Amino acid sequence: MTTTARPPADLGTAEIAQKKWAKWQLYLGFVGFFLGLLMGLLQALDRMGFYLYKEAQLSSYYQGLTLHGVSMVFILTFAFGNAFLTLGVMRSLERPMASTMLVAASFWSAAIGVALAAWAILANQATVLYTMYSPLRPHVAFYVGAVLLVVSTWIVLLNQLLTLRAWRKDHPGEPIPLLAFVSVITYIMWFIASLGVAIEVLVFLIPWSLGLVENTDPLLNRTLFWFTGHPIVYFWLLPAYVSWYITVPKMVGGRLYSDGVVKGVFILFLLFSTPVGLHHQFTDPGVEEGLKLLHMLFTFAVFFPSLVTAFTLMAALEDGAKRNGGRGLVAWIKQLPWGNPSVVAQLFAMLGFVLGGVSGLINASATVNLVVHNTSFIPGHFHLTVGTAVALTIMGASYWLVPYLTGKKLCCRRLAVAQSWLWFGGVMLFSRGLMAAGIEGQPRRVPVGLMAYAEESWKLWDIVTGIGGTLMVTSGTIFFIVILGTLLRKKGSAGAVEFPIADTVYGPEQSPAILDRIGLWTAVSVVLILIAYVPVFISHAYNFTSPGFVRW
Amino acid sequence: MATLKIEKWERWFLYASVVVLVGFLVAILASIGEAGIHLPTDEGSLDPNTVAETPPFDNPGLRQTGDGTYEAVMVARTWQFTTGETDADGIPTITVPAGSTVTFIVTSGDVIHGLYIPRTDVNAMIIPGRVTKISQRFDEPGEYTFLCHEFCGLANEQIGHHSMYGKVVVQP
Repeated sequence: MTTTARPPADLGTAEIAQKKWAKWQLYLGFVGFFLGLLMGLLQALDRMGFYLYKEAQLSSYYQGLTLHGVSMVFILTFAFGNAFLTLGVMRSLERPMASTMLVAASFWSAAIGVALAAWAILANQATVLYTMYSPLRPHVAFYVGAVLLVVSTWIVLLNQLLTLRAWRKDHPGEPIPLLAFVSVITYIMWFIASLGVAIEVLVFLIPWSLGLVENTDPLLNRTLFWFTGHPIVYFWLLPAYVSWYITVPKMVGGRLYSDGVVKGVFILFLLFSTPVGLHHQFTDPGVEEGLKLLHMLFTFAVFFPSLVTAFTLMAALEDGAKRNGGRGLVAWIKQLPWGNPSVVAQLFAMLGFVLGGVSGLINASATVNLVVHNTSFIPGHFHLTVGTAVALTIMGASYWLVPYLTGKKLCCRRLAVAQSWLWFGGVMLFSRGLMAAGIEGQPRRVPVGLMAYAEESWKLWDIVTGIGGTLMVTSGTIFFIVILGTLLRKKGSAGAVEFPIADTVYGPEQSPAILDRIGLWTAVSVVLILIAYVPVFISHAYNFTSPGFVRW
Repeated sequence: MATLKIEKWERWFLYASVVVLVGFLVAILASIGEAGIHLPTDEGSLDPNTVAETPPFDNPGLRQTGDGTYEAVMVARTWQFTTGETDADGIPTITVPAGSTVTFIVTSGDVIHGLYIPRTDVNAMIIPGRVTKISQRFDEPGEYTFLCHEFCGLANEQIGHHSMYGKVVVQP
């Protein structure tokens, strides 16, 4: 790949407008991150013995927890994915998106969705946690907000596909550039996966919350939720993988080994991300044990592309370090650019993901899961995955994306580097505390300050968790200081910041052409989902008997 | 047609990955097939609005079903378990002799709850309209806390999801 960024002067009006909307989308994600951090602080303080929800003008811990979850995993992640993988397609195909209107529409859909959901939660009309398990019944605005957030991602996919089609028309027979390919595959995977929650909310929950139908089927809603609820973690993760595969090797001066292997990895995610949802329902009544085990099998399959990723990325990092004079079996690590905040954040993100991935395999192991299901072990796990692998990658990528989108030079680089160290140190304590308490039997989603059955052995770990969480919030605050400091700078102080794209040792022309058959892989993905889910929906005993409850 | 380039070390890493994953899978399947640790499965459905009239939930409590085996029929509602007995503090209890195997049969009369006994294999969801059935052997005498581990709302800081628990009392 021999692409060079054109200087800003050459940008067409469409591209300028689209970058502006992508920038606002990214800032919308930052708003979610900020709200999530505030709630995270309250939770950390609760672990350390300070239950301050009344003082914070919130009704309860659970209201804060709902806001924390929705802000972090719906707003921050969706907005970042929408912005980053729109820009990625533009950069990769070297043309503006097919429709500027759709880029703007995606932003507005997400923004209105955020406003509705935030209102419902802050007005204490939707204290149902981000899982929104019926028959707890929130205000309809919460559901509509969630739908609009999902719709914003569908608009991004539509625009990506239109743009790709136009590019293919201009470049007949050429392999699809890697960055565009992985961006589009991520959004196709998510579109298919999101249909579960879309049906749950649009067909069952919204009519029920409006009183048009009296009763609902809580198990059916759970099954539809988790149809989306596992692949959603890959929708959070894959933009981070895109960043690791495409931008990080470039930033460390290395090369990506093989275009084809990366395409293969993303195809495996497209195939296996969705037919796995029942591993979140291992302990559910009303679902056959055999079907749960089928989904476990697919879950182990989806672990495979992450193992490939671990090897491939390590190879790219080593290539970069050795080209910069690094030596030895492990000593080359010192030669990585530890002064570059974008790189450091993402190195720690990858390291966190090793632990997050391994603990995820524990959760996926049906019977071992009985030890940890719904205990503190689970938030211990996912603060390493979405809470570090994804969150630190978003922060690291933002350290070049914000300069790229604003033309302003990143401020306070050393502070930004320290911020990553602090987050990683914080999450090591935080997740260690939660995992240890979880294995000692502490349930998740319960305020320590109020729980009626606290055990002596949890107390030490609660303090460790609280300290770790406070460090993470401090680190997040430093992130905002760096970003605000950057935005307050004068324009044009940057020089041109490029969208980094790594070179490959084996480029796209050496990849098998079948990898580019996006339609074929999408069809295979649908077949696998049918195999996994048709028996679930056939054997389900439909039971619409639950009225709604507002118990908060 | 181009073929995918995979170098020697990468190839070995991929083989090792597959071996590890298959090994784990076999171990998990053995824990079910050989060690007999089972997940909750489909035990039928009912109307959560009429739980109080639906057997066996019309009469929650402990029943001996054989030598050292018991059934504990329970109903979960916001924010308490009904087990048929309580201790002096009003905490719901289930009292069995050491060495008993208890099969918990539970449903919900309102929202989703959970049933979890730390340091045992009892870890299951309780979903309105469904029956949760899960067995556990209690060998060591003592008190085992069972608690709700799915968010089910709250009334105030004292009463809510965080106060929903009971005790299995295993007598020597």
